[in-house]
Amino acid sequence: MSEQFPDEVVTQALLRQVRLPGVAKPLALITLDNGHDHTRPSTFGPGGLASLDAALDQALAADVAGIAVTGKPFVFAVGADLSGVPRIGSRDEALEIARQGHRVFAKLRAAPVPTFAFVNGAALGGGLELALHADHRTISAGAFVAFPEVFLGLVPGWGGTQLLPRLIGIDAAVTVIVENALAQNRMTPGPRAAKLGIADALLEPADFLERSLEWAAGVLTGAVTVDRADVDTSAWDDAIARARQVVAARTRGASPAAVRAVDLLELARDATFADGTAAEDDALADLIMTPELRSSLYAFDLTQKRAKRPAGAPDKALARKVTKVGVVGAGLMASQLALLFLRKLQVPVVLTDVDQARVDKGVGWVHGELEKLAGRGRLSPDALNRLQGLVTGSLEKSAFADADLVIEAVFEELSVKQQVFAEVEAVVSDTCVLATNTSALSITDMAAELRHPERVVGMHFFNPVAVLPLLEVVRAGATDDATLATAFAVGKQLGKSCVLVADAPAFVVNRLLTRFLGEVTAAVDAGTPVEVAERALDPLGLPMTPFELLSLVGPPVALHVAERMHEAFPDRFGVGDGLRRMVELGKPSVFSEPGVVDPELAEVFTSSGTGPSAEELRADAERALAEEITLMLDEGVVQAVEDIDLAMLLGAGWPFWLGGISPYLKRVGAL
Amino acid sequence: MTRSLREVVFVDGVRTPFGKAGPKGMYAQTRADDLVVRCIRELMRRNPQLPADRVDEVAIAATTQIGDQGLTIGRTAALLAGLPKSVPGFAIDRMCAGAMTAVTTTASGIAFGAYDVAIAGGVEHMGHHPMGEGVDPNPRFVSEKIVDSSALVMGSTAENLHDRYPHLTKERADAFAVGSQDKYAAALAAGKIGPELVPVATRSAEQGWGLATADEPPRPGTTVEGLADLKTPFRPHGHVTAGNAAGLNDGATASLLAAEDVAVELGLPIGMRLVGFGFTGVEPEVMGIGPVPATEKALARTGLTIDDIGLFELNEAFAVQVLAFLDHFGIADDDPRVNPWGGAIAVGHPLASSGVRLMTQLSRQFAERPDVRYGLTAMCIGIGMGGSVIWENPAWEGEK
Repeated sequence: MSEQFPDEVVTQALLRQVRLPGVAKPLALITLDNGHDHTRPSTFGPGGLASLDAALDQALAADVAGIAVTGKPFVFAVGADLSGVPRIGSRDEALEIARQGHRVFAKLRAAPVPTFAFVNGAALGGGLELALHADHRTISAGAFVAFPEVFLGLVPGWGGTQLLPRLIGIDAAVTVIVENALAQNRMTPGPRAAKLGIADALLEPADFLERSLEWAAGVLTGAVTVDRADVDTSAWDDAIARARQVVAARTRGASPAAVRAVDLLELARDATFADGTAAEDDALADLIMTPELRSSLYAFDLTQKRAKRPAGAPDKALARKVTKVGVVGAGLMASQLALLFLRKLQVPVVLTDVDQARVDKGVGWVHGELEKLAGRGRLSPDALNRLQGLVTGSLEKSAFADADLVIEAVFEELSVKQQVFAEVEAVVSDTCVLATNTSALSITDMAAELRHPERVVGMHFFNPVAVLPLLEVVRAGATDDATLATAFAVGKQLGKSCVLVADAPAFVVNRLLTRFLGEVTAAVDAGTPVEVAERALDPLGLPMTPFELLSLVGPPVALHVAERMHEAFPDRFGVGDGLRRMVELGKPSVFSEPGVVDPELAEVFTSSGTGPSAEELRADAERALAEEITLMLDEGVVQAVEDIDLAMLLGAGWPFWLGGISPYLKRVGAL
Repeated sequence: MTRSLREVVFVDGVRTPFGKAGPKGMYAQTRADDLVVRCIRELMRRNPQLPADRVDEVAIAATTQIGDQGLTIGRTAALLAGLPKSVPGFAIDRMCAGAMTAVTTTASGIAFGAYDVAIAGGVEHMGHHPMGEGVDPNPRFVSEKIVDSSALVMGSTAENLHDRYPHLTKERADAFAVGSQDKYAAALAAGKIGPELVPVATRSAEQGWGLATADEPPRPGTTVEGLADLKTPFRPHGHVTAGNAAGLNDGATASLLAAEDVAVELGLPIGMRLVGFGFTGVEPEVMGIGPVPATEKALARTGLTIDDIGLFELNEAFAVQVLAFLDHFGIADDDPRVNPWGGAIAVGHPLASSGVRLMTQLSRQFAERPDVRYGLTAMCIGIGMGGSVIWENPAWEGEK
């Protein structure tokens, strides 16, 4: 198996016999350590499992009072090494990975002496499963645990689905294994893990290992007794039903892993451990061979690597320091930008607008948001004072005179934006970066009349600005490297993952979403019932339905972008009558209440049945996306298709199992 | 305002097991500040009656105050140990008598009324911080002959002491060293060494985590014959060897001090009552003689005589330097009142930490010896000083 894992950083299982005060025989203490610091956490590949296997054999052969496992500083173990999984070519090989883990971990579980896991730091996936194979667990208040498998397209198949529900009950196990994994891989901190019963004792980090060893000595001498609540098997049906609802809502059945995980959890009620783990072997072997997993690992890799080192970004050293920020406009978008810059850059931020009432409203909104954060304990009183003192409003653009970056978020009209930039350029330094948050206008045109068009760059954020992690950094015709580098540096400071895009209409995310929504609205205009169109894309498991997305974007914005795209590419982008009508009527949604099409829109959405069927619509949408991606690559909108996938993952929240989108389109034959 | 002096008591003391310095030592990959943190946490855990916010000061000594012994270690160790942020701390240095000075300084603050409760201790990770690391002695020391160049090399000062007292021979020093090893081994076997130890998880990237529960330096079974042929690294055909001197060690100590009335109020145990102390300077070239005038000073200021002292805990930096003390006061080399559980030659001497080891040990001996009223802890100090602290046994049963 190790040939599939040529790059494995082998986690050594270092065995040492430790004398515990008050205990006659020594304790076999195994430290999991891959020889790197905490930034490269320990994982289990074939080599790591072999090392653990050997250490367990050695411990079992020794005359010891017990066996304990712990990790290197700050890390227990973070699960299987997935680096070689894409190279696994057959189900048999996949099955062997599953079985090797089970075989090794089983030795800890079957040990004739008491066994312990001292969870000193991060314990994820297979790391947590190893801990669950021990008789007893301590956990550091600084540690955290999670089962990210379902998030990645796998199941906790080294015993996790069988051991956890039998330890903490099925309902909590559903939360940890399914619900948390599908909620962007939410982690469980040590104190919460102890409360759930994942660990028997919660200890402070300062002397965690010493106290864990003392606790273990207490267990061995009988001074400490461990009480665990009995697991309530009658709770299974309700919890499994809840799990299936969660999976349906979050994945619409598009993730085979989530479904399999629930099946395994269901099995855990009555199955023997041997049967349960055999079922885990099968599930893992099947899932490792699924395209969904391969797409997911590709997507995960993009978010871990490419998102951190954006392709095509100029040398970081060229970036200029940003010590003051101007925001033109004081509307909601501008205010959100002001708040983000304020919180992350912690520099003075000035908002300007055309009248005092708007300025006051914008600054007031920022103050209010900061107070909410303080109220939730997210900002100390001192930090609140600092940030509130840093945000000001002005009617005069002269307030931007010493700003290093000014971003505009005014009305989406080219002439308005040109005028704003001209006014700003009149007061700022020659090197002040002028950024625009436009969704669809030409940034090159916006800069054309300026004395220094090279300082203009697009910084396209996604709503809600504080939440969505993507920033499209747009290089316009004249943008120079220093400006671009500054935009990337600021984006990173803002906590965003940046993707470099060319100044093409609607850039990446909005262009694809608009094309995609265009197919849906065209189908509805052609007579496909709204209810059918709404569910036609379900097999992809997108985070929201097309009409939910339309409501989130807002019909007026969607219309604006659609019109602009129609202007640019009339052959491919239409402007639906239905969408126009919605904007005219001021409707925020096609539904007046959940599942009921607004009666006032019924005349435009005829539901005549003459439009495409659900399958046809899905195929149309897939074809449209594939076509648009091909064109974007031809036009050089991005460096590579990976950037498109990354943008869809982070900007549209499209799921890992689609790999963003291109791996999915390839496997359905559209791309 | 009126002011009344308060009695100061030594409540409790703990230490880490002492380790051998160097890459093979058990603490080679363990931080010095973590050793201190372990001691502070253990003190707090052993004395749960003491609310953490009643600690008024944390004084931690280190000779080399850089790296993991830097950053005002008394304060940072307090924070790392989880004491409330309101508890202040400082770093203190008087070379080998660092922890001793931490005790006398905070005790003085208690007596004066500025503190109720203090933590005093010390640390030296000589593996991470070899003696003399980063020092830059002023050239005037040599050019103006303020001190002889040998004064900065502790082993050489011990050789100088042999010169001054020719009757303190290498053979006597070796015999004393063997006695130290034997007494330590006997005390260990009798369970005297151990209760004051704080187990420390030891990091090793190569071997995995371990747990230090016992001292590493002792060499049980040492004989005078075995010591006779050891090298004399400080002088050809000299007297001072690795066998009759303390080694290079890693370790930390901490003690809890309180005003006696506060200890009673909080229900804290009273291990010893501070009687008085003295520090004096001597010629740096023979720094080992320091405890003699320091003890004379402490006795004079407390109105006691050497005959009042029933137990001696003398730091054994070098056997000759202890012998010089005993010789001065007319005490036999093997007097059972002296270092009954062995000394630094056996257990080790992580420089600035050792003073509190002496005190912790004396306090535990007091509990066993109600016949003894007074005890003394003393040590020599580099650059030519001595320190001596006299304690009273609260378990003393009175004249019989």
